[in-house]
Amino acid sequence: MIQIGGTRIPMQEQKVQERIKNFYSVPLGYTEKEVVAEAQRCILCKDAPCEKFCPVNMKIRDMIRKVAERDFKQAFLIAKEDNAIPAIAGRVCPQENQCEGVCPLGIGFTGNGINIGKLEAFIADWAMENGIKEKFYVKERAEKVALIGSGPASISCAVDLRKFGYKVTIYEALHKAGGVLQYGIPAFRLPKDIVEYELSYLTEIGVEIKLNNVVGQNIKFQKLNQEYDAIFIGTGAGAPLFMGIEGEKLKGLYSANEFLIRTNLMKAYKFPEYDTPIVCGNKVGVIGAGNVTMDSARCAKRLGAKNVQILYRRTKKEAPARDEEIQHALEEGIILKELVNPTRILGNDMGWVNGIELIKMKLGKPDKSGRPRPIPIQGSEFIMEVDTVVEAIGTKPNRLFLTKTPELETTDWGTIKVDKNLMTNIKGVTAGGDAMRGNATVILALGDGRKAAKTVHKYILMKNST
Amino acid sequence: MNKIVAKQELATKIKLVEIYAPESVEEAKPGQFVILHIDEKGERFPLTIVDANISKGTISLVFNEVGKSTKQLGILEEGDDILNLAGPLGNPSEIENFGRVLCIGGGVMIAPLWFVASALRKAGNEIIGVIGARNKDLLIFEDEMKAISDEFYITTDDGSKGYTGLDFLNKILSQKNINRVVTMGSVVTMKAVSEMTKSYGIKTMVTLTPIMVDGTGMCGCCRVSVGGEIKYACIDGPEFDGHAVDWNLLVSRKRIYLPEERISSLLNERLGGINP
Ligand SMILES: Cc1cc2nc3c(=O)[nH]c(=O)nc-3n(C[C@H](O)[C@H](O)[C@H](O)COP(=O)(O)OP(=O)(O)OC[C@H]3O[C@@H](n4cnc5c(N)ncnc54)[C@H](O)[C@@H]3O)c2cc1C
Ligand SMILES: Cc1cc2nc3c(=O)[nH]c(=O)nc-3n(C[C@H](O)[C@H](O)[C@H](O)COP(=O)(O)OP(=O)(O)OC[C@H]3O[C@@H](n4cnc5c(N)ncnc54)[C@H](O)[C@@H]3O)c2cc1C
Ligand code: FES
Repeated sequence: MIQIGGTRIPMQEQKVQERIKNFYSVPLGYTEKEVVAEAQRCILCKDAPCEKFCPVNMKIRDMIRKVAERDFKQAFLIAKEDNAIPAIAGRVCPQENQCEGVCPLGIGFTGNGINIGKLEAFIADWAMENGIKEKFYVKERAEKVALIGSGPASISCAVDLRKFGYKVTIYEALHKAGGVLQYGIPAFRLPKDIVEYELSYLTEIGVEIKLNNVVGQNIKFQKLNQEYDAIFIGTGAGAPLFMGIEGEKLKGLYSANEFLIRTNLMKAYKFPEYDTPIVCGNKVGVIGAGNVTMDSARCAKRLGAKNVQILYRRTKKEAPARDEEIQHALEEGIILKELVNPTRILGNDMGWVNGIELIKMKLGKPDKSGRPRPIPIQGSEFIMEVDTVVEAIGTKPNRLFLTKTPELETTDWGTIKVDKNLMTNIKGVTAGGDAMRGNATVILALGDGRKAAKTVHKYILMKNST
Repeated sequence: MNKIVAKQELATKIKLVEIYAPESVEEAKPGQFVILHIDEKGERFPLTIVDANISKGTISLVFNEVGKSTKQLGILEEGDDILNLAGPLGNPSEIENFGRVLCIGGGVMIAPLWFVASALRKAGNEIIGVIGARNKDLLIFEDEMKAISDEFYITTDDGSKGYTGLDFLNKILSQKNINRVVTMGSVVTMKAVSEMTKSYGIKTMVTLTPIMVDGTGMCGCCRVSVGGEIKYACIDGPEFDGHAVDWNLLVSRKRIYLPEERISSLLNERLGGINP
């Protein structure tokens, strides 16, 4: 029976007691029956606000319609038209602020909009299981393009450049491709076989991925610029920020990046089967309230910490993390301590963290970000006992690459300056994703990759005609 | 994949491997390091470049078998592959014509020091070479160092060859006009040398070896304190001014994973050195 409107079909998830002991996906995914029923709720709005609020303007309404008709293959191909990696975007996009947030079915009933993210993930998983791939005919061109970094920005750029017919080579510093999708976002949120599948698709369509290639170190940017007809820089914003407070040299204090790289990329949760260790105590404080914070806190829980507290200077309402991540973290027994800001990390005489000093905060008038500004309450400092602290307060572009490319114009923030077509000040060199925006999102990186591919194409055509 | 094309035992538990690394060799400079990742389950760990042969496409590394990863590397043979090798990473040592440079290498780090000292010599410097180890059997690269040194000294902790300890350096430091000191070795050695040279006011460069993961500035694991500022050894170093280094912090942070390293090592012995 078709039921238009109605309430969202609930997503089956791993039980809390089980999932905090493993790194498998928390959502179990819709069944065919469920996904069709969920899609059939769609009222197929004429103006499709979901599409307007999608940063890559995916044809969401058509995709939903096809799912409702059980035509998963067509639904998948529609998603693929605008989004190179729907299986991933479906799982990590902040849908509540984009497509799902403007779905009329959710207005007044938060969380009741069509579950577009899970629909998208379903059809992509279905295509993967059934060997359905987007096929395109490539008319090979002679020109070559180098992409630096292999995160979502470069992945989407690579696909489009191949469609135009260019020879595409990705240079990636790490021993695995995928950027944050690989080293940052934990497997319980984004299973790594999905990332590997998307990367193998790149290889299949003829993209060459050169791992262990740190541009600026073993290969110079300037050399790439000579050898290739154009370049896309998608090096991300992978350098950790520290608060700059006392005690950050202590053992037991991690940047979220180190904590997540050890855990996810190096699989420290499987130590000693895997060689890379991690020290995660019983009482863990994680500073921040973004996706990275939730990921670190939930990893800490899975590494065996009994007591994990998120320390945030504003309140849950202002937390930038996806709703689903906050909810999952809370379900898993992680405490969100609001209105506190760390002032000092304390250690024992062996140099290990044993406490954190926090100051209480109150909310003031909105600041530049539009969120109320947190104001410290003088004299309200108190000490909390912790043995591990993870700082998840953001990252910035890596200076390794930037110091080796002084000719590239950057902002005071260290992000790469581009024009509206994503061209940098160097001719033929484009940039996008976090390297250009600072901490942003997967979907914005995908959009940038696509836009840069167009710019590169135009640039090469122009160059050839003059 | 990078193939081991030659392997040699230089002393007990000290081995040299020559690895085919065509993507790394061209930019490999003295003082830089590579990160190895032997197999899927292995860790990423750094070793300093000892030589680079552009025509053969190989780089050489010398390592001490101290724990799981280095022992695992030690049992690989010529023809075996290493899953991943990244580098050169870090900045090259400063090579200029400084005048007279005192180059002090300790233990396994004599080998990479030789690479630096050779470059300094090519740049026109007069080299006073010093190599040291716990005892005479652990001395490596003796002939190589001697060959590029205008003056050459040996020292051992137990006095089994050459001088005993480092005190003799005072004589050299006070009698010769030395423009720069470069030292690579254990923290104990580099710290002792730095403390000595400080009173003579001679600029002293050391190579710091904190624990690393990515080696590209992404994690902050390798943070050290130099001149009161936090630096990342992998992208700001690994060569730093020895007089400004917070040695206690370095020692403390190098010991973060001692219990875990012991577990890995024991397990490795039991499994005969091969990852399951
Ligand atoms: C833990 C975590 C959780 C997140 N969760 C979400 C989420 O739920 N939803 C969401 O939308 N966004 C999330 N984000 C943000 C999102 O992942 C990023 O915005 C996105 O990955 C940016 O993509 P990118 O391609 O620009 O760069 P990245 O994904 O950062 O990839 C950059 C790549 O470039 C490589 N590189 C860097 N320098 C060099 C060099 N010199 N030479 C060669 N390669 C180099 C790096 O090794 C890396 O692999 C999260 C981020 C983190 C860290
Ligand atoms: C820039 C740099 C250059 C180096 N060059 C050389 C070299 O040329 N020859 C050589 O023999 N050794 C060198 N080292 C040290 C070498 O990396 C360690 O000995 C090796 O990682 C030990 O690993 P393991 O599993 O064998 O021993 P473990 O039992 O794991 O560790 C033994 C000790 O090595 C250090 N260590 C452990 N893991 C790491 C890691 N991932 N990164 C850095 N240090 C670690 C710790 O202090 C530890 O206590 C260098 C280190 C750095 C940072
Ligand atoms: S090793 Fe990760 S930042 Fe230096």
